[in-house]
Amino acid sequence: MDELAITVIGRDRPGIVADVAEALADLGANLTDSTMTRLRGHFAMTLVCTGPDAGDVEAALGPLAVRGRLLATVRAVGPEEVTTPTGEPYVLSVHGADRLGIVAAVTRVVAEAGGNITDLTTRLAGPLYVLVAEVELPPGTAPQTEERLNAAAAGLGVDVVLRRAESDVL
Amino acid sequence: MSCEAGVSLDAWLAALAEPGTVRPVLNAPNPVLAREGDEVDPTDPAVLRLAADLVATMRVSRGCVGLAAPQIGESAKVFAVDVTGHPKAVTVHGTFVLCNATVVSATRWRPGREGCLSVPDLTGDVKRASRVVVEGALPGTGEPVRLTTDGFEARALQHEIDHCAGMLFLDRVAGAHALYQRKVYL
Repeated sequence: MDELAITVIGRDRPGIVADVAEALADLGANLTDSTMTRLRGHFAMTLVCTGPDAGDVEAALGPLAVRGRLLATVRAVGPEEVTTPTGEPYVLSVHGADRLGIVAAVTRVVAEAGGNITDLTTRLAGPLYVLVAEVELPPGTAPQTEERLNAAAAGLGVDVVLRRAESDVL
Repeated sequence: MSCEAGVSLDAWLAALAEPGTVRPVLNAPNPVLAREGDEVDPTDPAVLRLAADLVATMRVSRGCVGLAAPQIGESAKVFAVDVTGHPKAVTVHGTFVLCNATVVSATRWRPGREGCLSVPDLTGDVKRASRVVVEGALPGTGEPVRLTTDGFEARALQHEIDHCAGMLFLDRVAGAHALYQRKVYL
């Protein structure tokens, strides 16, 4: 079954999740994965669901988007491809004075190492910019990647730490 | 190492007659916070003054259970800790300052939420040992101390030892969703 990739973003207010989730539930959409958070006063939702047609979801979210002043996009995507991680899991932390290009420079190093970023959050707190990413690196490439990250960080005037992610199963 | 903590820490605190000066606390991304602190001579009178300043600054900072020299602009391996009265603390050694401290044994790793006076707007989930043995020296006499502790005091010690190595809790957060905007300020 095809999946729909839906994004909704708008100025934060109470009720956004309830409004969107209700519209999807009314269409029989099964909300499989989602991530929702507040980003500097905007509420952002990224959802994957199965069930309805993209057109039906667009029609249902359209009035809500106008009334609720939300920006919504709906796109049909292929079914999930099961991918097994081949890399080793690492957590990458970067912090320093805010400046242009930190995310670009750091993630480029990871990409050039053949690493895959599976999760990433950035926060701007006053003058402090923080990036935390979960990364899969090809086996054996971590030391070299760390060296390149340190060089990139030195150029940006930020601090970077790459460390093995915990793999405890409890 | 000459002794367990306890008695010697109490004696040390009583000997800390000189009141310290409250110093401004630096916030990240100040580069001093990212620099490894220098080893110090614990018998140097300047180190004793620094210890007094750390205690004085820690005491006026609301919710502060530990403060390291880099946080007041001194790139040195010296920190103060006091978890007295904290609801999460089990073992409590009162107020003390250690120089050149290292963790010599760390077991029973547990996740926990941490904040930092130098990162006022964020908190994060960090895995730390909940039982540690720390060795260091007391400022002034230079008496070596071997301190065994657990729970919240163990976490505070590891957080401060990290500061002395130029590390923040941001360097140890568990993952991309383990960083939070602080909602409640003490």
